[in-house]
Amino acid sequence: MRRTKFTAALAVSILALAGCGSSGSDDGDSGSGNGGGGGEGDIKVGLAYDVGGRGDQSFNDSAAAGLDRAADEFSISSDESEAEDGEAEAAREERLRTFAENDYDVVIAVGFAYATAIGAVAPDYPEVEFAVIDDSTNEFDNVTNLVFAEEQGSFLVGAAAALTSESNHVGFVGGVQTPLIEKFEAGYTAGAQAVNPDVQVDVTYLTQPPDFTGFADPARGKTAAQGMFDAGADVVYHAAGGSGGGVFEAAQEAGGRAIGVDSDQYNTADEAVRDVILTSMLKNVDVAVYEFLSDIDAGEDPSGTVTYDLEADGVGYSTSGDFLTPEVIEQLEGFKEQIIAGEIEVPTAP
Amino acid sequence: MNVRLTKVALAIGAPLLALALAFAITSLVLLAAGDPVGEVWAQIISWPEARNQVNILNNATVLFLSGLAVSIGFRMNLFNIGVDGQYRVAVFAAAAVAGEGWLPGYLNTALAIVCAMLAGAAWAGIAGVLKATRGVSEVIATIMLNFIATALVAYLLAKVAVREEGSNVIGTAPVPEGSRIPGIQMWSDIPTEIYGFIVFAVLVGVAYWFTLNKTRFGFELRATGRSASAAVASGISVRRMTITTMMLSGAVAGLVGLPILFGTSPYNYGSTFQSGLGFAGIAIALLGRNHPVGIALGALLFAFLDEQSNPLQILVGVSPDIVAITQGVIVLTVVVSYELVRRYGARLEQRRVAAQLARESAAAKDPRPTTKEAAR
Repeated sequence: MRRTKFTAALAVSILALAGCGSSGSDDGDSGSGNGGGGGEGDIKVGLAYDVGGRGDQSFNDSAAAGLDRAADEFSISSDESEAEDGEAEAAREERLRTFAENDYDVVIAVGFAYATAIGAVAPDYPEVEFAVIDDSTNEFDNVTNLVFAEEQGSFLVGAAAALTSESNHVGFVGGVQTPLIEKFEAGYTAGAQAVNPDVQVDVTYLTQPPDFTGFADPARGKTAAQGMFDAGADVVYHAAGGSGGGVFEAAQEAGGRAIGVDSDQYNTADEAVRDVILTSMLKNVDVAVYEFLSDIDAGEDPSGTVTYDLEADGVGYSTSGDFLTPEVIEQLEGFKEQIIAGEIEVPTAP
Repeated sequence: MNVRLTKVALAIGAPLLALALAFAITSLVLLAAGDPVGEVWAQIISWPEARNQVNILNNATVLFLSGLAVSIGFRMNLFNIGVDGQYRVAVFAAAAVAGEGWLPGYLNTALAIVCAMLAGAAWAGIAGVLKATRGVSEVIATIMLNFIATALVAYLLAKVAVREEGSNVIGTAPVPEGSRIPGIQMWSDIPTEIYGFIVFAVLVGVAYWFTLNKTRFGFELRATGRSASAAVASGISVRRMTITTMMLSGAVAGLVGLPILFGTSPYNYGSTFQSGLGFAGIAIALLGRNHPVGIALGALLFAFLDEQSNPLQILVGVSPDIVAITQGVIVLTVVVSYELVRRYGARLEQRRVAAQLARESAAAKDPRPTTKEAAR
């Protein structure tokens, strides 16, 4: 019996190896198989998404929108690939290498998870232009770090929350307690307190890293927001990706208001809950991707760290639905000017 | 001789059947989804480039350790579903200890490896003790412990995490340079190296084979797995064996994350550390039929499929999830085809023995032909 098992296992391997050998190498024309993405163009762009990929109605979609806009205007052809949950560092690296090896001119990595992989791959391909979103640890001539002043946009929606709140009590639901999401929290709290120093700000995070389910768990988002509404808050801001849908539901059931994040969620959220979305903190990843590609198209050789803040229109707030009164908007614009002028310094950590 | 040939043919036939079935089912899925079947297979079975070969070996090293950990339990009929939690607790413990750098150089590495094995053993031991003393199913206990491990590691990581300026990743302090395990450079012109830990993994595989097949402990373990009541009758303490086996399984599970920790940048445990390795180990242990060589080949097959599927989306425009389907289907078809081939083999054997008996009795000119006829 044991021998049978052993021989069987041996056979599996022989087969596996035979499988490898049989088809030989056909990598010579491997670039010809084109996947999704645009038509033919002069610049070949590879976009490596974080988990979720195109269609996540959040961060990745925003990057995709920037690519689509650039593809409409410039002569660009593109291919895309998305990360798998919990994948190996080597898999991220290999994804970037596959683009670089197959003669892509530009490789854009969406999300800070790619930070280490970019550091390992970029020096090997000096002729390829890399960009990474939400990380600024890499310093190479061919790497552009695209980062955002999320705290500035969050400051403005925090002010909007405090100006709208009747109970002087607002809330913040973070998806996963990473330094990135803490920036949202810090700005939001500072903004609310700038309007009213006595405002009460409830803060909660759905999960702790390395558990990233907090970005995709509407049920948990709903429970967390319900707790805040029950405790007397009447405006809750979420920076929780897909879990935000639950926050909107909770706001609707409690008769309160919610604030969206990343994109203008009044336009993307479920129609039934749109009317509770007071405003959204805009993080214009699409602008960053578009401008980066626009620089490349213009023949420039971008590198270094580009920070998209209020001044660069990289972050902001939305007014869709007209729930913000003209008086509130006027005050927000005042804060915006002060931040741009440097009169208000927004903290980046709580 | 003929009999042995038949056996070998059957043994090769089973995995062949399994792979063919898996191939066919995946092709059907591709067809149903309207994806280019030929291009997908051409990419998957193309010969990997040097750097991909290195990645395959590295990934296989990790999967091999995970498969070994699971199969130790399998040999005693214990389903350790908790390798996933055990390796995360263990690699976190190792990363925290190694990051502190209390000892110089490789002493630090050795300390971290011991810590990882102890942490893994302790975590699995909880399920072992519950099973031995309270009869709690180890399946339920280890699944629950997986959830607790996630929460515990998240909680502790937040306490010890260090953060680089401008980075949004959090993780433990990196392992000091002198304590890292250098890679093996196979080809000079490629940027990736084979984990030095692969040597250690091979040794663990040899130790596994020796302990289970050549020692009294291994015999007792296997005997308990075959029949607990028979084991008790021959003087084996099943309770003690349950706890020891779970802890041994956990100790090996503790090694799973270490090749990554000591062999690849950023040399720490953080929010982007590879997850889900424990569940892959279950599939690989099944595929490898609990034999170290089988597990190694299963790990290589899974690592090969993983690596080859990564560029699918870029080069062919098909989601690499298709390979996850193939892997799952392989596990199912392996189980089914082994059973089919076993039955077929048993029938062949019966027929052969019957024919031989008939021949022998005819040749011997049985003095009591009436009995033979009655037997017919």
